[in-house]
Amino acid sequence: MTTEPVLAAVDDDTAPLTHHQLRELYTLMAAVRHLDTAAVAWQRQGIIPGYAPELGQEAAQVGSGYAVDRAKDFVFPTYREMGVARAMGLDMVGYMSTHKATWHGGMYNPLESRFAPIQAVVAGSVLHAVGWAHGQSLSSRSTDERGVAITYFGDGASSQGDVHEAMNFAAVMKAPVVFFIQNNGWAISVPTERQVAGGSVAARASGYGIPSLQVDGNDVVAVYEATRSALAHCRAGHGPVVIEAMTYRRGPHSTADDPGRYRTLEEERLDAGEDPLERFKQRLLADGVADEAFFAEARRMAEEEEETVRAGIADLGPRPGAEMFSMVFQEPTPALQSQATAWREESEHV
Amino acid sequence: MSETATQTRSHNNYTEPAAANDIQQLSMQQALNRALDEVLAQNPKTVIFGEDCGRLGGVFRITDGLQAKHGEDRVFDTPLAESGILGMSVGLAMAGFHPIPEVQFDGFAYPAINQIVCQIARMNYRSRGTLPMPITLRVPSFGGIRAPEHHGESLEALFAHVPGLKVVSPSTPHDAYHLLKYAATRQDPVIFMEPKSRYWQKGPVDFTAAAPGAAAHDDEPTNHGSLTGARVAREGRHLTMVAWGAMVARCLQVAELAAEDGIDVEVLDLRWLKPIDAEALARSVGKTRRAVVVHEAPLTSGLGAEVAQLITQSCFATLKAPVERVTGFDVPYPSGDLEDEYIPNIDRILFGIQRVLEYRRG
Repeated sequence: MTTEPVLAAVDDDTAPLTHHQLRELYTLMAAVRHLDTAAVAWQRQGIIPGYAPELGQEAAQVGSGYAVDRAKDFVFPTYREMGVARAMGLDMVGYMSTHKATWHGGMYNPLESRFAPIQAVVAGSVLHAVGWAHGQSLSSRSTDERGVAITYFGDGASSQGDVHEAMNFAAVMKAPVVFFIQNNGWAISVPTERQVAGGSVAARASGYGIPSLQVDGNDVVAVYEATRSALAHCRAGHGPVVIEAMTYRRGPHSTADDPGRYRTLEEERLDAGEDPLERFKQRLLADGVADEAFFAEARRMAEEEEETVRAGIADLGPRPGAEMFSMVFQEPTPALQSQATAWREESEHV
Repeated sequence: MSETATQTRSHNNYTEPAAANDIQQLSMQQALNRALDEVLAQNPKTVIFGEDCGRLGGVFRITDGLQAKHGEDRVFDTPLAESGILGMSVGLAMAGFHPIPEVQFDGFAYPAINQIVCQIARMNYRSRGTLPMPITLRVPSFGGIRAPEHHGESLEALFAHVPGLKVVSPSTPHDAYHLLKYAATRQDPVIFMEPKSRYWQKGPVDFTAAAPGAAAHDDEPTNHGSLTGARVAREGRHLTMVAWGAMVARCLQVAELAAEDGIDVEVLDLRWLKPIDAEALARSVGKTRRAVVVHEAPLTSGLGAEVAQLITQSCFATLKAPVERVTGFDVPYPSGDLEDEYIPNIDRILFGIQRVLEYRRG
């Protein structure tokens, strides 16, 4: 299935979001919340073997993904960026196929969707974003056409040496890259205070001379505005930006995880703060941007989408085994070709 | 051949203009430099970078003069971080560039191993072929220059074991020039292992040869003498020595000594360590019926084992003796004073030849 692409970032950097855009943000968040909750259920039902929920990070993901200019920019995700993918209008069956164990990187086209293959190495793609961004500096003739890379990672990944190398490279080269950290409080079982020295990830940016900001990651409008201004900063040729969106991983690390071993329900309740979806709903109601009929319709659409994606996922058969061989190289080696032939003869008896 | 290659560059890299039937005596350093110069001129998407590659021209001067000629956007210095260099290469390749990064010394590929093995080697696969990685990673390789620790490693077995990588090592200035130009124009990642002890020896580079067989037989790895296959460096009848990189010159030296005793040795320069030209091995050893593999890397799980298996597979019925391996030892690469004890020397290779020739069944 395909989903309708959402509006690209507005041209005017400081224009407030229109009511239509605010409602669109809510619709996206509702769809993401619904799909995320459903994916956990699919795992329990045996439809998919595993999933890494982003429950509680809808505002951080949708708000930032919504700011991306899909004609110019490029997103470098980890394995927990379903909300960004949805906000950018990815083919969600293609995205979810990685959790169906159909293909590691997902079945969507990364070039067309401006969304790099799903990355399972923590901090693995942060440097890729810097390289891609430097490529924009090398090939852009004007600031208008310069694409910006936005790389997603978490408080856990921030401990990796590659993040240091990436920030230093980006600062030295003034690469147009946004380092978007979702600090969700937990790297599987290890809390931020046992992970991040120096107070915050954003605090490190000053060591590289990179402007940084911490944003309330559960406020979708704040996240959108921070991301939009960071993208504009990069596009104008001023170099990289660090955004640390403070949020909370309300669910387990993955469907194989048991948070009860490292945090209590009471701690979860106290630390999670306000639900970003409910919070945004109350704001829209209070501001007269949306009414109950709108929220009911958003829910209905989310349920419909969930069913479409579920059906698409359930229908995904295994890829042909020949793809194990044919996708390795652009120009396959003779040795690999003969392995493919032997495999076919011995497994398919042809 | 490119016009740009005819321009004068800084100090030691001046090369005479190329003409028809042009054969020049160049060092491997000059040949590599010239190949990079031409690739930069021919493909505006080619970028060269690494530690000290720009203004300095690299610690081995392989990129000498290239930044001055092609500009700082095309040839640039990076901060001193190998994972950063290789990770950046991935992103540049995703953006449509053809990166030619340099790792300053073989041992410094280790800090970048995640980016090489998990990223460069897999991105084409992960992306289902939509994000090819046309990256040529230049690695000054092997020992023989009395260097400090980590400056003389032989990583070919490690790289060859990684799905998604191709590995090549030239042994002559001619091959260095043609193989680098070939690798740098492919769509798959190639680990280009330069035998640093051979950087300064001169040899003929035939520019007009345009790499025999290359144009017509790009995808024909068994084509004798083609860029994608092995090369018979010396023909012989009694046994085949298989080598690559700096060990080819040593084997040729040994072959001359053996000839004095009436032993006619064939030397097969493997060139490609992945894919290995199995048909060239079969052809050569099928004729000589005896083989000795020589490499600098440690013995255990070295590429010699792979070569021996390929030979056994194709030549088992006619082999006169088990395939011998003369290699480095299963020890960390030693300090310069012990280097000559570690790298296969003439005596050890001659003993290997003797074992193969004197082998009797039962």
